[in-house]
Amino acid sequence: MTPQNLSQLPLGVSATIVSVDENFLSLKLMEMGCIPGEIVKISKVAPMGDPITISVANYSLSMRKKEAEGIVVMC
Amino acid sequence: MSQIPNPKVALIGNPNSGKSTLFNALTGLNQKTGNLPGVTVEQKTGFTKIPQDPSIEIQTQIIDLPGTYSLYPKSADEEIAFKVLCDPANPLHPDIVVIVVDAANLKRSLLLATQIIDLKIPALLALNMVDTLKAKGCIINIELLSQKIGIPVIPLNSRKKEGVEDLKKVIGDTIKNIELKNQASEAPAFRKEWGEATPLIKDIRSVVFTHSDYSAFQVACNVDKISFFDQHPEKKKAIKFVLQKHQPNIRDLQGKETIQRYQAITVLIKEVSTYNNKISVQLSQKLDAVFTHKFYGYLVFLAILFLIFQSVFSLAQYPMDFIEGVFAKLSSFTNTHMPTGMLNNLISQGIIPGISGIVVFVPQIALLFTFIAILEDTGYMARVSFIMDKPMRKFGLNGRSIIPIISSTACAVPSIMSTRTISNWKERMITIMVAPLMSCSARLPVYILLISLVIPSKMIFGILSLQGLVMMSLYLIGFIAAMGVAWIMKHLLKSKEQSFFVMEMPDYKLPDWKTIAITIFDKVKMFVLEAGKIILAISIILWVLSSFAPNNAFEKIDEKYKAAEYASTSPNELMAKIQSEKLENSYVGILGQKIEPVIAPLGFNWKVGIALITSFAAREVFVGTMSTIYSIGKSQDQLSLQEKMREDVNPQTGKTYYTLAVGVSLLLFYVFAMQCMSTLAIVFRETKHWKWPLIQFVYMTGLAYTISFIAFHFLK
Repeated sequence: MTPQNLSQLPLGVSATIVSVDENFLSLKLMEMGCIPGEIVKISKVAPMGDPITISVANYSLSMRKKEAEGIVVMC
Repeated sequence: MSQIPNPKVALIGNPNSGKSTLFNALTGLNQKTGNLPGVTVEQKTGFTKIPQDPSIEIQTQIIDLPGTYSLYPKSADEEIAFKVLCDPANPLHPDIVVIVVDAANLKRSLLLATQIIDLKIPALLALNMVDTLKAKGCIINIELLSQKIGIPVIPLNSRKKEGVEDLKKVIGDTIKNIELKNQASEAPAFRKEWGEATPLIKDIRSVVFTHSDYSAFQVACNVDKISFFDQHPEKKKAIKFVLQKHQPNIRDLQGKETIQRYQAITVLIKEVSTYNNKISVQLSQKLDAVFTHKFYGYLVFLAILFLIFQSVFSLAQYPMDFIEGVFAKLSSFTNTHMPTGMLNNLISQGIIPGISGIVVFVPQIALLFTFIAILEDTGYMARVSFIMDKPMRKFGLNGRSIIPIISSTACAVPSIMSTRTISNWKERMITIMVAPLMSCSARLPVYILLISLVIPSKMIFGILSLQGLVMMSLYLIGFIAAMGVAWIMKHLLKSKEQSFFVMEMPDYKLPDWKTIAITIFDKVKMFVLEAGKIILAISIILWVLSSFAPNNAFEKIDEKYKAAEYASTSPNELMAKIQSEKLENSYVGILGQKIEPVIAPLGFNWKVGIALITSFAAREVFVGTMSTIYSIGKSQDQLSLQEKMREDVNPQTGKTYYTLAVGVSLLLFYVFAMQCMSTLAIVFRETKHWKWPLIQFVYMTGLAYTISFIAFHFLK
């Protein structure tokens, strides 16, 4: 139940977004549906381990692991 | 009655919302794309007839804006939508906005929708792809949704054209009512509480007129990007003063706004829709298991590319042969049926071969564009970006760079325009700089001509054609060079801006053939008209320059060959001698010989020199120029250009001039050299600086010269 960042979440495990770190990309991520309270899971990892695709707000969104590190989630 | 004589309607929506399909359904072929060099409009516009009264229809301009997820632009393409909607001085600022929403992605789409509603521009919501929604087991209460958001909602299936007439009717009604409503929509504001931003908005609204609190906030965020304020500097000054006073943390305010909007949307969706939890996206997941697989993913990608190029070459051969045949007949027909003389020669030897040289590769261009459009439309290109992001990063590029790089194999001009989706400046610059190294379709006819001239048509291991392999390696060389240059530029360009890759993975879907057909029609038309103009002009100039000579040189040549020593020569041989000497002494011959010293180290003679000069405007001119040069005075014989070139004998060796060394050197020159005015023009427009096209021209042409030089001396 401890908060962790999205990039550490195991594949296919659902979690709830707690917060999005404020940086140059936070607005973009929030606009794309990564809002506190939303349920996310990693649905796919690219062949070379990065980027990842997550399921959020009922659709698929891909981002690099570095970007996912800015999203804090709780299982 | 409407008071607006020529109403403008803008279509806006998320990428993949079916916006372009709706645009095509509304305008059909009555549209123009702004992606031509020199045309300043960046968005597609078209016209449609909107019903007003039972008997009256008004001509209405439809503007297709690039897809965006919000009104806060992150990349150059998203900025266009913002500039059109939030800038009253923009020539395309619409009277009505149609917000296109993918019904299956309601939540995310409504973010942009609520922002636009809050701008208080008269708006409608087109709820697209309701059929897929039903399949997913979800029901939306359209009337309730419309009531809650305060604007009309029209359900659509733009692919099947369902609902398009209803939409037109509602647009017509809205136009009629604009005057009555005095421009202010009755829609409720989604962002009612501005909290800490309230005094800022109040002050902004006290210095400039805005339709709503939200428009005032937009002004506060982006005053420098709105051209209206450049025209009204006193207002800009007042706004800057307000900003100075409040020192707002814009990013924080925008973040809070986004969260608040999503909260309102979540409540709204619960009220108006029932989602079936068992949403089936299994097909996309199954396909992704293959397309983004660790190993098969790349293999499938390579196989698809291989298949595309194979079919482009083999399928296009039939229509190409046909077109060539028609033009050859046309040329000999005009030659025999028109009165002999200057005009006859100009048409049958200058213009017809010139046009033929371009029309002949329309089938290949159309095929290439079709395949690329299919890859994009089905959603596969997004997967390619996904699996290529990490490898591309090593070269200073982004996963998004792969789309411009692949589509450069068709044409670099639209591909450079598509780099607007890359928000990082450095990655975008590198993509723009290396994309033209990919072999575009304009190089194809040059490759085909030269390969069939110097590479024997042999089979290797009984299955692989040697000529085909050479063709493949030319494409590969271009790609490797592009990656190499990208890697070098990664170390040369300095930028502190952070790179990121955040991209929607749309569900796979079948391509929309109508949209693809219109895209192809559009691109081919643009190609034929634009390249056609240049080629036509060049073939006329070439013909004039080759049909005349200074100092009565032609007469002197005629005299010379009347001398007794030539009496024993056969008439045919004599004719050939006269013609080749005339060409050499004509203006074009003199021009070619002037530059011969520069290109001789690469193995090129003055005839190739002329073709090189003319193809600096556009590569495909090479073939046209060669056919003009090699057909001057020879229209009687039915030899193909390739046969004529093969008969061109090098006086020093007594063998054919086009040896393997010359051919390979020329092929490599065309792989690397920057010979495309349109590309340079578009690079200038996209980078807004002459420095970039100049660097591109110098490095590509320098690379071409060096590599051709090495190849020629190695093979000689």
